[in-house]
Amino acid sequence: MAVLIIADHGEGVLRDATHKTVTAATQIGTEIDILVAGKGIDAIAASAAKIAGVRAVLTAESDALGQGLAEAFASLTVPLMAGYDALLVSATAQGKNIAPRIAAKLDVAQISDVIAVVSADTFVHPIYAGNALETVQSSDPKKVLTVRASAFDSAAEGGSAKIRSVDPGPGAPGTKFISDAMVKSDRPELAGAKIVVSGGRALGSAEEFQSAIEPLADKLGAAVGASRAAVDAGYAPNDYQVGQTGKVVAPDLYLAIGISGAIQHLAGMKDSKIIAAINKDPDAPIFAIADYGLVQDYKVAVPEMMKALDALK
Amino acid sequence: MKVLVPVKRAIDYNVKARVKADHTGVDLANVKMSMNPFCEIAVEEAVRQQEKGTVSEVLAVSIGPIQAQDTIRTAMAIGADRGLLLQTDLDPQPLAVAKLLKAIVDEEKPDLVIMGKQAIDGDNNAAGQMLAGLLDWPQATFASKIEISGKTATVTREVDGGLQTIEVTLPAVITVDLRLNEPRYASLPNIMKAKKKPLEVRDAASLSVDMAPRLRVVTVTEPPKREAGVKVADAAELAAKFKAAGLL
Repeated sequence: MAVLIIADHGEGVLRDATHKTVTAATQIGTEIDILVAGKGIDAIAASAAKIAGVRAVLTAESDALGQGLAEAFASLTVPLMAGYDALLVSATAQGKNIAPRIAAKLDVAQISDVIAVVSADTFVHPIYAGNALETVQSSDPKKVLTVRASAFDSAAEGGSAKIRSVDPGPGAPGTKFISDAMVKSDRPELAGAKIVVSGGRALGSAEEFQSAIEPLADKLGAAVGASRAAVDAGYAPNDYQVGQTGKVVAPDLYLAIGISGAIQHLAGMKDSKIIAAINKDPDAPIFAIADYGLVQDYKVAVPEMMKALDALK
Repeated sequence: MKVLVPVKRAIDYNVKARVKADHTGVDLANVKMSMNPFCEIAVEEAVRQQEKGTVSEVLAVSIGPIQAQDTIRTAMAIGADRGLLLQTDLDPQPLAVAKLLKAIVDEEKPDLVIMGKQAIDGDNNAAGQMLAGLLDWPQATFASKIEISGKTATVTREVDGGLQTIEVTLPAVITVDLRLNEPRYASLPNIMKAKKKPLEVRDAASLSVDMAPRLRVVTVTEPPKREAGVKVADAAELAAKFKAAGLL
């Protein structure tokens, strides 16, 4: 079985989600190629070629691909799929933007958010906000999957795949890129961070969120997340949202501060290796799934935590 | 300008889904059903555009059992002008949904399709992009702001790491995200008015669209449960636990 992976990259680097998607691909087939599409991608392609188990790296460059436009990705990828049995894309906003369009053009189903590969045609994915896990068997000649990277280990380095360029296709004639407004941050990316510190509605204001959550996150080298309640209230930007309709994360440590633990939030973080919660309400649902719970007002707990971390480091 | 808004009848978002004992699916018997929240945002947006004067007609289309008429009536109470139910007791998968919607788009020739980015049952986040692909229309997914002007729509999208703004030439498919708007509560007079609006029911099978499921459900299980752990006395003890776990 030949598998094509569309590389997940940004800001000039190949994201680790690509390595994790390679691991998923190795469970489906043995001939694994990575498509690196974008603009100014030589270094990214070189990184992709070093992943163990990768046969070839295909590169495609155009402005429309660099802007991530779905139409451009579809017209590039659909003809390439003649040579592959499966297409794997990491289940990011961008992956979800492009993969279904490609699947429809191939007249095949997409299997969304795959967390386990049972066999080359059978996959497990969460439905109903993670309250159920559905195993599905595809009867389509080609499989299109978005892969929840956090569910797979990273493939090792050590490969030396050949890199070759392919025709980038006609772009996206009906769509014009206007602008990007990216949130600049020196913190690790939320989706791939080893530690996530998240704040909830209890923070009460954007100022409080910034002064309590962010310094603690920086001390832990963590990404910052937020509950939907905190985002809707304007305490944190939308791309901080962890939950059913936001980002799904599975870090080594998820530290929830002032988050009660609504079902829709738990859906986005319950696969974290260790969950710790600080909340002054002893009945908060988050404590029912937390490995470590501290029943205390965050106003007391967070400064003490800062001091304790200094002492331990 | 005519806008088509697909709306899905789904489990109410406040209800916790429970897996059936025989592992064939999620138990929906006697469970409260509502309009999928993302579809509500899509209807609200279409109606707001109509109130602004950029849109002249809003058509709500649902695919599902006869009870999905209620979902269409809800859309009409928000402000949709007319409804169409493609009745089926099957639960069409996203590709089939996209094909059914394409058949209706071919008949109705809307200038724009606005729909939710995903339904909270299957969580596939696929039908809108698939419809755009089948129609060969531009797509603007995960919209948090939509401005329609003449033959284009300028859409701000929630993307990885921030926001992206693109301009799509109409006709196009736009899928909406949570922060686009807050749907209104339908007033009683509007609920009454909705009952008088035209709602056509057609057999989905009559469209001669390939609705065959491409995915066979092998089993549906509950995710592994997490147990509550221990309570710690203070932040110093919590920090010590982090250190013991090798996290610092």
